[in-house]
Amino acid sequence: MMIINRNIAISETGFVFNPINGESFSVNPIGYEVISLMKENKQADEIMQYLLANYQVEPETCRKDLEDFMGMLKHHLLLEDKE
Amino acid sequence: MEKQRYERPVIKKLETGMPNKFGLRSEYVPITHIEGNSVKELLSTYGSPLFVISERTLRQTMEKARTAFTTRYPKVQFAWSYKTNYLNAVCSVFHQEGSWAEVVSGFEYDKAVALGVDPKKIIFNGPDKSQEDLKKSIGNDSLIHIDHLDEFYTIVNISDKLKKKPRVAIRVNMDTGVYPMWDRFGFNYENGQAWDAISKIMHSKKMELVGLHCHIGTFMLAPSAYAIAAGKLADLAHAIQQKFNHEIKYIDLGGGFASRNTLKGAYLPGIDSSPSFDDFAEAVTTALINGPFKTEKLPLLILETGRALVDEAGFLLGTVISNKRSSTGRRITILDAGVNILFTSFWYDHKITPAQPFTHYTEETIVYGPLCMNIDVIRENASLPLLNKGDHVVIHHVGAYNMTQWMQFITLRPQVIMIDMNDKPHIIRDKETLGNINAVEHIPEHVKTLPR
Repeated sequence: MMIINRNIAISETGFVFNPINGESFSVNPIGYEVISLMKENKQADEIMQYLLANYQVEPETCRKDLEDFMGMLKHHLLLEDKE
Repeated sequence: MEKQRYERPVIKKLETGMPNKFGLRSEYVPITHIEGNSVKELLSTYGSPLFVISERTLRQTMEKARTAFTTRYPKVQFAWSYKTNYLNAVCSVFHQEGSWAEVVSGFEYDKAVALGVDPKKIIFNGPDKSQEDLKKSIGNDSLIHIDHLDEFYTIVNISDKLKKKPRVAIRVNMDTGVYPMWDRFGFNYENGQAWDAISKIMHSKKMELVGLHCHIGTFMLAPSAYAIAAGKLADLAHAIQQKFNHEIKYIDLGGGFASRNTLKGAYLPGIDSSPSFDDFAEAVTTALINGPFKTEKLPLLILETGRALVDEAGFLLGTVISNKRSSTGRRITILDAGVNILFTSFWYDHKITPAQPFTHYTEETIVYGPLCMNIDVIRENASLPLLNKGDHVVIHHVGAYNMTQWMQFITLRPQVIMIDMNDKPHIIRDKETLGNINAVEHIPEHVKTLPR
């Protein structure tokens, strides 16, 4: 299971810092919410339910965008494997 | 509680000091309406994609151009360049604004006549004028701009048969200091071809040489090139006066003024870097006024400006079909408007603005059209706000060349509407149908039967 890297610092303004390699990122408000939920150990399905309950979006689009976002987090080495 | 507007989650790596080939974010406000008409409603009524022409912008741009030239020179005439956009409604607006017609084929000539343009006010350019075209235009006393000597001899022949003395000009190509030099149209100035053609015309006594014409290039960013062209044509006119005691009635500088689009590879956006009508007018009129003409003998200045008059009045509205990622992780957005209807995306980085509210977050995006063809790229790099499937976009400055060079390829060509001066939309070209396409095709009897 992939979880968000514990060391990642994220501010409410969407500034993300990875202290392991010094890289920084910015996320939009919905991206901030997703990362915050991940830090609370919420699983993808739960995050999706949250987004569907709060935003005007179709489930298919939401799932696709969430998978894409997770893919980008992984690409940027912000996720870690947890057995 | 009402749900919030959705925007997909994005993460962007922050890199300081790195040059960004995608350029800076350029969209700050959505274009939700075009002249009082909601983009969403227009697309729902007329279908997506949709070309929109603003009559107000057409007339205002024409007024700007007219003012720039007429305040600097006493005798100015615009001739609407049909090939730039020959939708009947668009041509009619320019004719209402006083433009003559500038055509480059028999088809365009007939179109102008059918629209009610006085044939004496039709300028017939182009290298391909058939015998029939020439007979018709000579019979109608139109202005014929001779492109090559074969055409000259054909005109001599026809004028003998019709016992008419056609009004002609010659097309002159020349070095105006820009690269590439356009030398495929007409007769060259520097090597003496132009003077040779003039002498042939004058000695033939079969036609009346009323004008001198040139078309020095397209999307010209240097007004100085027009000053050189005007100077050279003025010198030719003066030499004709000296040798043949014959007065040239007009100097036609063709078209080619740049619009405010951004050429691919340009460092600055066209809206900041393209010269204004005033810049072009100042260069051209200064050259003519300082030329060899006496005040009362100044020739009429004809301008065949197309692109710069119509580009800004055209919008292409479209819809997002999908968002995906490329193999390298780049964002891809697919629109329902492709290069088959937006030919100019091969030349320009067209500005694309979302038609609904967006946040300041952007993604570096490749914008593709809907065609199953690798060439169908609307923008190779654009820093675009986050678009969802089904969102609408407005593509700007598409009035020139798209509605003439578009192709019926893979999809059918969309509807075109014009929004009038009172913000009322009118359909000016119907969406193509399968019936339109099939109506001109024929299947031989022996291939009609399909195996069961």
